[in-house]
Amino acid sequence: MKPKKKVEKIVFQSEKDVPLMPMSLGSMLYNKTGSWRNIRPEIDLAGCIQCGICWKFCPDISIEIENEFPVVNYDYCKGCGICAEECPTKCIAMVEERK
Amino acid sequence: MKKVIMGNHALSWGAQLGRAQVIAAYPITPQTQVVELLSEMCANKTLDAKFIKVESEHSAMAACIAASIAGARTFTATSSQGLTLMHELLHWASGGRNPVVMGNINRAMAPGWSIWTDQNDSLSQRDTGWIQFYCSSNQEVVDTVIQAFRVSEAVMIPSMVILDAFALSHTYEVVDIPDQEKVDAFLPPFNPPIRLTPTAPHAFGGLTSPEHYFELRYKLQKDMEKVPDLVEQTGREYEKMFGRYLGQVEDYRCEDAELIFVTSGTAGYTARVGVDQLRQEGVKAGNLRIKMFRPFPFAKVREILTKAGKVAVVDRNISYGHHGVFYQEVKSALYGRDHNVPLFGYITGLGGRDITPEIYKEIAQLTLAKDKPEEDITWIGVKR
Ligand code: SF4
Ligand code: SF4
Repeated sequence: MKPKKKVEKIVFQSEKDVPLMPMSLGSMLYNKTGSWRNIRPEIDLAGCIQCGICWKFCPDISIEIENEFPVVNYDYCKGCGICAEECPTKCIAMVEERK
Repeated sequence: MKKVIMGNHALSWGAQLGRAQVIAAYPITPQTQVVELLSEMCANKTLDAKFIKVESEHSAMAACIAASIAGARTFTATSSQGLTLMHELLHWASGGRNPVVMGNINRAMAPGWSIWTDQNDSLSQRDTGWIQFYCSSNQEVVDTVIQAFRVSEAVMIPSMVILDAFALSHTYEVVDIPDQEKVDAFLPPFNPPIRLTPTAPHAFGGLTSPEHYFELRYKLQKDMEKVPDLVEQTGREYEKMFGRYLGQVEDYRCEDAELIFVTSGTAGYTARVGVDQLRQEGVKAGNLRIKMFRPFPFAKVREILTKAGKVAVVDRNISYGHHGVFYQEVKSALYGRDHNVPLFGYITGLGGRDITPEIYKEIAQLTLAKDKPEEDITWIGVKR
């Protein structure tokens, strides 16, 4: 995985500094929702044909393509299993989180 | 240029003169002609807008919100069941500070299935954070749409321009269509402070923790509170250029009135006829027509009504288990004032039953006969 940008959590002290529109302020960089998961996808790259279907279907944008192969970003993957279901070679296994 | 047009087409003309850039709308009786003419205007290129066909009103508003976030001036129109289907997205547009302008034709809510007018559709959107204007003539519709774009974009809050089903939507009147050049001078292109753009990408409307949500709502209310003054200023500027003043309320012969009707929409226009007839009979009547319902024109209402002998609020709507909505609002505006003017609440004209000058005479008789109201709702015209 590429190293992630480090950010400080933004907390405004005054309403004057809060933007008019509710918009992203990098909050998802520290709000790591992957901890909600209780099963995780594990990709056996030996069976992968690099079709990119898992990348396209992941509703959480948690599959990235690195060096032409899919990599799961466990910081945000919720363990929904859609990637495993859609993978044409069935090389993604959903396994129990160990703790 | 003077033209004889229907109320629905007055909305379309307002959107064209305001140079709306994106229109996403779904047809519904009695609003359909608004969308028909707008699609023709787009096809004929008299209006350079992207017309997005959608499968529901919910989607129409979603498309408008997205276009508005991208920085486009956006218009839509709906009515009744369509408006209430949008309900979730109405909150989204105001909370997201997207200054969409929408026409709504007041049509009674089903069941019983109705296509005729009353105000329960738009008044049940009261707390969604939209500015609401109620119109009583086709001229006012055109003028209001143009000014609504300016007011909405100045405070980044969406506006609803509201007219009665059939009584206005399908009624033909002479309308002075403002010159495009002058409208362009009055209404410069939309240039929002924040927008969705690839050069500064952002996600809009995402998770907002308790650390900031409260402040977003505080800011929305504070900006809403700026609207009454803004509507006055914008109205004066418009008056200088076009000779017609809009404002928050219309005060008709209220100065010396012993009885003031509080009205809205086309019933507020008929009220003027009622007032004139009553005055001929020696009753000093006046009419305060509320044009802007949200934000509520507290200062104007207090200024005019505290001088009245009696006030009769005429509601073409009802908040079940409470009273007429305008009655509640006027009451809350007057509560705690030194002058305790007796306030009478009347409900009439639901589901498109006509509100005639005779009804105003009946209301005047009932109001003048009592020192104080004995009930919060007096029903006018129920078959009993
Ligand atoms: S399990 Fe779901 S969330 Fe996780 S990578 Fe697969 S598709 Fe994405
Ligand atoms: S869907 Fe399966 S085969 Fe296709 S890229 Fe993803 S892991 Fe590889």
